[in-house]
Amino acid sequence: MSGPNTDYDPVEVTPLGAEQVDEAREAALVAIAAADDLDSLKVVRTAHTGDRSPLALANREIGALPPQARKDAGRRVGQARGAVNQALAARTTELEAAHEARALVEEAVDVTLPADRVARGGRHPITLMSEHIGDLFVAMGWEVAEGPVVEAEWLNFDALNLGPDHPARTMQDTFWTEPADHHVVLRTHTSPVQARTMLTREPPIYVICPGRVFRTDEYDATHSPMFHQVEGLVVDRGISMAHLKGTLDHFATQLFGEGITTRFRPSYFPFTEPSAEVDLVCFVCRGDEPAVSSCRTCKGEGWIEWGGCGVVNPRVLTACGVDSEVFTGFAFGMGIDRSFMFRHGAEDLRDIFEGDVRYSAAFGTEL
Amino acid sequence: MKAPVSWIREHVDLPADVTTDDLARRLTALGLKLEAIERPGEQVTGPLVVGRVLSAEPEPQKNGKTINWCAVDVGDANGTGEPQGIVCGAHNFGVDDLVVVVLPGAVLPGDFAIAARKTYGHVSAGMICSAAELGLPADSYGSADGIVVLPAGAGEPGQDARGLLGLDEEVIEFEINPDRAYALSLRGVARDAALAYDLPASAFHDPCLREVPPADDAGHPVRVEDEVGCPVFVARTVSGIDPAAPTPTFMARRLALAGMRSVSVAVDVTNYVMLETGRPIHGYDADRLTGAVGVRRARDGERLTTLDGTVRALATDDLVVVDDSGIIGLGGVMGGQTTEMSATTTRVLVESAHWDATSMFRTGRRHKITSEAGKRNERGVDPTICEAAADRVVELLTTYAGGTTEPGVTVVGKAPQAPPITIARDLAARVTGMDVDETTAATHLRAVGCEVADGAGVLSVVPPPWRPDLSDPYDLVEEVARVVGYDTVPSVLPTPPAGRGLTRGQQLRRRVGRALAGAGHVEVITFPFLGEADLDKLGLPADDERRAVLRLANPLSAERPAMATTLLPGVLETVARNLGRGATDLAIFETGTVTLPRGGGPTPIHGVAHRPTPDEVAALDAALPDQPLHLVVAMTGRREREGWWGPGRVADWSDAVASVRTVAGVLGLELVARAAQRAPWHPGRCAELLIGSTSVGHAGELHPRVCRDLGLPARTVAAEVDLDVLLAHAVDVVVAPVLSDFPVAKEDVALLVDDTVPAADVADALRRGAGDLLESLRLFDVYTGEQVGAGKRSLAFALRFRAGDRTLTEQETGAARDAAVAVAAAECGAVQR
Repeated sequence: MSGPNTDYDPVEVTPLGAEQVDEAREAALVAIAAADDLDSLKVVRTAHTGDRSPLALANREIGALPPQARKDAGRRVGQARGAVNQALAARTTELEAAHEARALVEEAVDVTLPADRVARGGRHPITLMSEHIGDLFVAMGWEVAEGPVVEAEWLNFDALNLGPDHPARTMQDTFWTEPADHHVVLRTHTSPVQARTMLTREPPIYVICPGRVFRTDEYDATHSPMFHQVEGLVVDRGISMAHLKGTLDHFATQLFGEGITTRFRPSYFPFTEPSAEVDLVCFVCRGDEPAVSSCRTCKGEGWIEWGGCGVVNPRVLTACGVDSEVFTGFAFGMGIDRSFMFRHGAEDLRDIFEGDVRYSAAFGTEL
Repeated sequence: MKAPVSWIREHVDLPADVTTDDLARRLTALGLKLEAIERPGEQVTGPLVVGRVLSAEPEPQKNGKTINWCAVDVGDANGTGEPQGIVCGAHNFGVDDLVVVVLPGAVLPGDFAIAARKTYGHVSAGMICSAAELGLPADSYGSADGIVVLPAGAGEPGQDARGLLGLDEEVIEFEINPDRAYALSLRGVARDAALAYDLPASAFHDPCLREVPPADDAGHPVRVEDEVGCPVFVARTVSGIDPAAPTPTFMARRLALAGMRSVSVAVDVTNYVMLETGRPIHGYDADRLTGAVGVRRARDGERLTTLDGTVRALATDDLVVVDDSGIIGLGGVMGGQTTEMSATTTRVLVESAHWDATSMFRTGRRHKITSEAGKRNERGVDPTICEAAADRVVELLTTYAGGTTEPGVTVVGKAPQAPPITIARDLAARVTGMDVDETTAATHLRAVGCEVADGAGVLSVVPPPWRPDLSDPYDLVEEVARVVGYDTVPSVLPTPPAGRGLTRGQQLRRRVGRALAGAGHVEVITFPFLGEADLDKLGLPADDERRAVLRLANPLSAERPAMATTLLPGVLETVARNLGRGATDLAIFETGTVTLPRGGGPTPIHGVAHRPTPDEVAALDAALPDQPLHLVVAMTGRREREGWWGPGRVADWSDAVASVRTVAGVLGLELVARAAQRAPWHPGRCAELLIGSTSVGHAGELHPRVCRDLGLPARTVAAEVDLDVLLAHAVDVVVAPVLSDFPVAKEDVALLVDDTVPAADVADALRRGAGDLLESLRLFDVYTGEQVGAGKRSLAFALRFRAGDRTLTEQETGAARDAAVAVAAAECGAVQR
């Protein structure tokens, strides 16, 4: 301030008296403390710090004082105004906090109300299982191979050492398409994908082939004309049954848990030689006495049939153009549906194909 | 193959303490897979004895039945030695017959406790048993509706009957794989049992190792015209057979245990020898033969009535047995009716012939005949045992059927010999990864019957004649491996080269599935079969390309004999099923291939001696139908639920479009929609969705008639798109956008247009007219009503403008807006409101 506004202010110094200033300060502080909400505090603020408030008026008078008196009065008024402003700020914070606290209480809702505006979706557990199995092998550096379900007879049978007069052809009840002389079938296994892989790539080959396959089985709790199979194929130098066993042990443990390993039994498949059936340690009783003797899952055997496997028959390698003198391979195959049923305790195969939304929705988007 | 353990033990000296369970386990480990162990007598306890019927008084009853009040000699088994009084309802026996008597205190299957009880005015002290009551097949031991009558001399009254009936037997049922046809015989099972216990060669008693009379010219003349089809034909004749002679008890018992019916002594003997040796035998009624027996291929138009009464039209590669009267049998598969052994047959010509396995397989399949003989012949039988098996039949017929051996032993042909297989000495170790040295490999091959000769770095191996399946070195590896034991295969993880992970397509398909599930859709899997009725219900016009289906030659259901060309029938059926189970709001989807025939010719059958050329592989693919991956979505009921928050929202045509747009969105694609008319959609509520000018598929509300025909709620909505097309267009690498932080200028425009003008056209016109400054454009309101007049509607668009290098002036924004409206006006007749 440059000086008193002589145009309209009376030159009067009364409000600057120490008593008056203290009074005004006290009055302000009392009023601030008494304000119990933000609205009344606003009124208090105007009354005690506004242009017409005693302290504002007092402040305006300072310039009119003689220089020797200004210093004291300035300090006095300044301190008073400082104290009032500080109190105002503190009270504002207090009241705002109280206001917010009250609002939060008032705004509380019943959080137990349902929040399901859109129903939950889900992917089919067999899709998820196929992907999960694919991931287990991709993690080992394998690749996922695929092929058509309506397949050439040569690829489904002949290339796999299942010539037209092979007794094993009748082991797989095949859907044939019309006309018969077109030699087109619904693939009975995913093995033609293995053949296709060998026909189009050079070893080393490490592939896993999940997919739909078809057999003329009547539909019941354990059979279906369409089901899902996963097959694996390795063709490389120096591959033996030991690598097959290692791979299946790893696969079983990854899929079913620690301690679930495999057992081989001699078997027969045209596309492998030697061939084996692979059993899993029963994951219900784990083959342990006394649980095993009353186990319904494995019927007391301690083992559960899982699939077939073996060393790739050199005839198959030859038909697919792989030099069987240089390379050996192994292959295995098992039912994805069956593996899923084991892993998740499913009891009826039909649940997989009936499309009841309650079934898929239960599995969400990952297994 | 059901093998009674006592029969196995007859041919191999197993240690006495070997249990049946252990035997079955060890044979399973050798490849003879245990199917089941049967213990027929398990449920029969207490006194079960042979009885001789002393008297049988028929006594008619008020209920119309006649019972027999019998006195039966049961020796001392009843503790008194007095005849036992028993009431019996059966009538297939008479005085002096030997029967099976269960005495009080015994328990029969089904916890049936036997006690003396009053019935029909007598105290019946026990029961005379039928086979079924003993838990045996009803037709074993005579008639199915009577009691068991034992052959005369089968035992003494009072003797325990358990052994006579095989009730103390254990039977192992094996599932025999096609390569182990030798195990379809006791000979084969016993041989592997010796191997399983590492017994010396002397422990195995080969039933085919017998002195046989030398061949001569005195026997029945046989002329084999086809030496490939029938390399060996042995014929022997036995006359003077008593056709009424009972089958000896041991034989009837073993046949019953092996699951075969007792027919007559002559037939039973041939079956018995087949089970024992693995060699199927055919017996002809020698008196019904005319002239020499011959073997040849059938000729066009020839027919034969086989002994099952079926008239069969023969094909030119069927092997037939003939005599002067014509065709008398399908060689190795089934005999003919005219020369069949009957109840009056006294003279039998025994045929023990080796047949070509492939011919057997083809004939069996062509005529749909599955028989025990065919099963063995088509898998391969030891060709060297024809004479031994025939001689064994002769022995049994003369011993048990009163027959006399006629002079003459006809042997035509010679057993083919398998060529030696050369196998690298270390092959077994290399292929199995087992710890098996060269000496061990040779030892094990000898153990399974091979002759092994040393060569330079290789072994020369002649497989035994009963193993026609052993033809390749790897077959021999399996033999070594199974003898060493599959449980010794070490577990070693292979080390593949660095992989490339999932393919782009595989990743994208997962992305699509997750996006749909995330948007509340549930995935289903349906069978890809459909029938004409399914396509009719969709209302497809006669010339719709989806009616061109690939048909199955052998469908499971006559209603759905073809491969699906659309996934809609399966998915819509699933919708209906869910509704039937109480669901009300549904959003489901399926991804799967459809089969679209493209008129390709036959797929070639290449050879297998080498890889087909790339062109040949391409020819295979070209002949297959197109199999694109489709996506179908279907929704009905509420898309958003009602609740405390307010009303829900019923799914409408736009939700079907939105689902496809969700999929396109996660693939980085923007779809264009245009009105289309296509079954099964509502003609006014069907959108064709396109990427540029490439059609992807359709979405919208289903035709009301289709909903009715499929039993679906009105206004069910659906989409079907070709996912392969979407995936092929998926944006590979998204180019990062350059963001401007200059202010946005917003302009809303309301345009009045004829209601026939598609909104997408107006939006497109605005977009083009607005030029480069347009950042985005969105239709936010559609208004129809009095204010705009009939036949018109108002479309309100929000336009956002922004420049990359400056703040836009009002003039610039206004000019861009006006330009946009001008194009919409010119192209769509739009008038700004």
